[in-house]
Amino acid sequence: MTAARKPDEDRGEDPVELPPQPIEYSSTTSIRGPLIVVEGVEGIGWNEVAEIRLANGEVRHGVVLDVHLDHAIVEVLEGTAGMRLDGVRTAFGGGPMSVPVTEDWLGRVCDGRGEPLDEGPPILGSRRREITGTPINPAVRIPPSEPIITGISAIDGLATLVRGQKLPIFSVGGLPHLELAAQIAVQADVAGEPFAVVFAALGVTHADAASVRQTLEARAGEREAVLFINTADDPVVERLMTPRLALTVAEHLAFECDRHVLVLLADVTNYAEALRQVSAARGEVPTRRGYPGYLYSDLASLFERAGRMRDRAGSVTLVPVLTMPAGDITHPVPDLTGYITEGQLVLAKDLHARGVYPPLDLMGSLSRLMRRGTGAHLTREDHPELSDQLYALTARALQAAELAEIVGADALPAADQRLLTFRATLEREFLSQGQEEARTLETTLDLGWQVASQLPAAELTMVSRQTLAARYRAKEGDAAHGHVR
Amino acid sequence: MELSAGTITRVNGPIVEVAGMRRLGVGELVTVGSRRLPGEVLSLASGGATVQVYEDTSGLRPGEAIAATGHPLSAELGPGLLGGVFDGMLRRLQDAGSWLEPGTLAGALDPERRWRFTPSVRAGEDVGPHRVLGTVPETDAITYRVLVPHELAGKVEMIADEGEFTVGEAIATVAGREITLAHRWPVRRPRPAAGRLRSGRPLVTGQRAVDLLFPLCHGSTAAVPGGFGTGKTLLLQQIAKWCDADVIVYVGCGERGNELAELLEDFAELEDPRSGHRLMERTVTIVNTSNMPLLAREASIYTGVTVAEHYRDMGYDAVVIADSTSRWAEALRESAARTDELPAEEGYPPELSSTLAAFYERAGRFRTLGGEEASVTILGAVSPPGGDLAEPVTAHTRRFVRTVWSLDRQLAYARHHPAISWTDSSSRDAEAVAAWEAAEGNAGWAGRRREALQLLFDAERIASVAQLTGVESLPAAERVTLISAMLLREGVLQQSALSLNDRNCAPSKQAALLALVLEVHRALLASAGQGTAIERIEALDLSDVARIRDECAPDDVDAIARLQADIQGRIGQLG
Repeated sequence: MTAARKPDEDRGEDPVELPPQPIEYSSTTSIRGPLIVVEGVEGIGWNEVAEIRLANGEVRHGVVLDVHLDHAIVEVLEGTAGMRLDGVRTAFGGGPMSVPVTEDWLGRVCDGRGEPLDEGPPILGSRRREITGTPINPAVRIPPSEPIITGISAIDGLATLVRGQKLPIFSVGGLPHLELAAQIAVQADVAGEPFAVVFAALGVTHADAASVRQTLEARAGEREAVLFINTADDPVVERLMTPRLALTVAEHLAFECDRHVLVLLADVTNYAEALRQVSAARGEVPTRRGYPGYLYSDLASLFERAGRMRDRAGSVTLVPVLTMPAGDITHPVPDLTGYITEGQLVLAKDLHARGVYPPLDLMGSLSRLMRRGTGAHLTREDHPELSDQLYALTARALQAAELAEIVGADALPAADQRLLTFRATLEREFLSQGQEEARTLETTLDLGWQVASQLPAAELTMVSRQTLAARYRAKEGDAAHGHVR
Repeated sequence: MELSAGTITRVNGPIVEVAGMRRLGVGELVTVGSRRLPGEVLSLASGGATVQVYEDTSGLRPGEAIAATGHPLSAELGPGLLGGVFDGMLRRLQDAGSWLEPGTLAGALDPERRWRFTPSVRAGEDVGPHRVLGTVPETDAITYRVLVPHELAGKVEMIADEGEFTVGEAIATVAGREITLAHRWPVRRPRPAAGRLRSGRPLVTGQRAVDLLFPLCHGSTAAVPGGFGTGKTLLLQQIAKWCDADVIVYVGCGERGNELAELLEDFAELEDPRSGHRLMERTVTIVNTSNMPLLAREASIYTGVTVAEHYRDMGYDAVVIADSTSRWAEALRESAARTDELPAEEGYPPELSSTLAAFYERAGRFRTLGGEEASVTILGAVSPPGGDLAEPVTAHTRRFVRTVWSLDRQLAYARHHPAISWTDSSSRDAEAVAAWEAAEGNAGWAGRRREALQLLFDAERIASVAQLTGVESLPAAERVTLISAMLLREGVLQQSALSLNDRNCAPSKQAALLALVLEVHRALLASAGQGTAIERIEALDLSDVARIRDECAPDDVDAIARLQADIQGRIGQLG
């Protein structure tokens, strides 16, 4: 375990615990949707947290959305159901919402606000940090350039995840995206360097939450993982907080405790719907499909927290999981996500139906930072070329398959028929693997060559002659099709 | 002048209402609260004003102070911009902390640094607007020229001797006014020039799909619409690295931090093949990533074009690259929504179209006030939501730009990069470039372009027929067209951004590669015409044609000529 380094000098003093005896305001003048108006306030800042005590002693939490002279509009995280104008007392916390930062989060299972769901004590820390985060200065970022090995051939071989990258999984209801996310969380490895997984479940069912919790149990037990669980029946406003909480903890583990941190957020579509609901309650102008115009910037305020920084050993890598409503990739949530992230892993129904796990649709999937994170010294020198070649062949195989639908496979030229065989073998032997099977990178790449070598060498034009000579596994009678020079 | 001060009465996110301010102007820059956050005045009412703040207002309270600055949002222009990295308001990022805490960024220029100034005029001379008073070696690549302000003319009353000066020190007095190395300019106001000139010289980008098929001229405008993952940013970055402009202003507007980190590293390492200096020395980078304050993103585009105009006024050809204008339009929309402006299409304010048009109009080839010929070229990425090319930003932009490089998702999926679609892209500069090439002795340029486009279109048509009938039933000539079009795509239009040989292609190599494919096409057609069985032609291994772009040096035309002779020989042996 690495010791936490001293707090950053360039990150402003963080607000500490609520003041011992804050002033309580009892003049609530209106309640509408999740918003209440408190009057007679003094010295309250925008975006400040609030604690709202109901007449029956129940405590709810809020944030200041608008402050006008002595009026403050407060958004209540748990909703306003059951609240009355009289008897509500509101105290303000002196600053924006914050969370303790400590390595003690590791090994814990918490709810969407960071309260323990396991048997352990509340998480306390000597320092707190605002959960909205502060943008990383782009001039101190360094480009992500080392891989995270997930043990999954489709990802490691063809869409390699790179430390500091944000690479979402696009799926549709009914596909095993949560299983895949959990498998990545369990297997991910950075060649023995200090590592941690932060998993935030957003608006998932209790059943899904339980299964993720179970899968991650062992890793949490080794103090390498923390889970934040916001279930489908938790308050929607809390759903907006959970990923920020998770990312704040991740940033601390990465940039102050020198760990490589992998953050998984599932399901971001639930998050975006919560944002839409809250935005509508605030009376904001809707744009595409009712989502607020700032959806892109809001998602970016989460996703851009991934990265690497100069002079710091750690990294934050982000894998958001989202389901595309009706499988529509042009829906605002996947669309805007795709514009922010560095590639995407797309899961396909037809592959799932054919029994391929993980059902990764190669044509839609891409890891944009793969180039920098693969090759000699990082993975293997033939890796980038092999991956380009497999993609290009799959694209051609797809065209051949479309043609075969019309004219029949038998009417295809021999070259096209070979492509169809190639595609079937790729799916069966390379893409498919078990949910608990972790493959080494060597195995993945060797499998890739085994599949590519079914085709004549002359058709592998994306691979250099040297690589072909070294890796191509010529079969008997290959001379009939082409040759390696 | 006594500057006005007032008090905050309301804070609603970035929108702040203030009372007690007098003599404020709309658009004036103010500082807000104890952290002195920058803000811009949106509207005025008696005794009060509405201000939008450029940074996060968390914790800002009614009762905090607000102060006027007396000037609109302005860029600080002077030596030291080249090689620098700035935010959307042109505040220096390199020396700032790891995290961008609100209220912590300083100005654009280093006030302490001393620059070597060499005078070019003598005391007593009469000088007019934008006349060069002296020079400063800003970088090894670019000489900074200190100009007489645009509205000033008269006698040089004092001119400093050669020596070292900070940006704030006077180096001359002209008609009673002190001139310093640096000055401010309001970013939303175009800098004046003497007049517009016809453009002619092509902007050589080193990218074959651009230079051969959809070229543009210095001083022109281009847009790159494309869904996510189609390679907009990669294409624009390639152009930023390899195009033959003097100065590049790269504006990363609402885009990814990692991408910019990669670009900055490349700029610092790569050499400009023309000057031999590092690319950084001709580049100003403005970065407002998607998680940085939204309103500074809106300003970043104007800041970028103002910096480019500044170098234009010194006589340079500057290129502004704005990635992405859609994120800028979103910031515009956000700012309009917060001030309760009535939305038009998709929530965008009604002025979207006129604002876009006015922005692209700042491009052009100009006669500067100082009498030089110089240009500003604007290249903008467009990120249509859902790949919908009919959405307002894409649709309006297409109307205002001269060249469109439309990126195609199918091509990108097949790893055909740059994924510039030959059916949806266009260039209104193609004729001007053809005329310029002809005058330079490259009479074949226009013919080859026509032939290449014809080949691509024919292949598209034939392929759609083959979808129905199968390839086997096509006539031999059409099957040859399919082969040649594939060679054209793989051997000419595809270009690797990573390959040392291929990433930047000299015009001579571009021409040779295209000529190679067209000659092979002719030879194959002739062979088929003489009765060679099409199966034998299809069995020919032509993969060398696809590989040569990557295997020979960026200007090795001879290797291509040798390959052409070799292939023609092999085709000859078929018949």
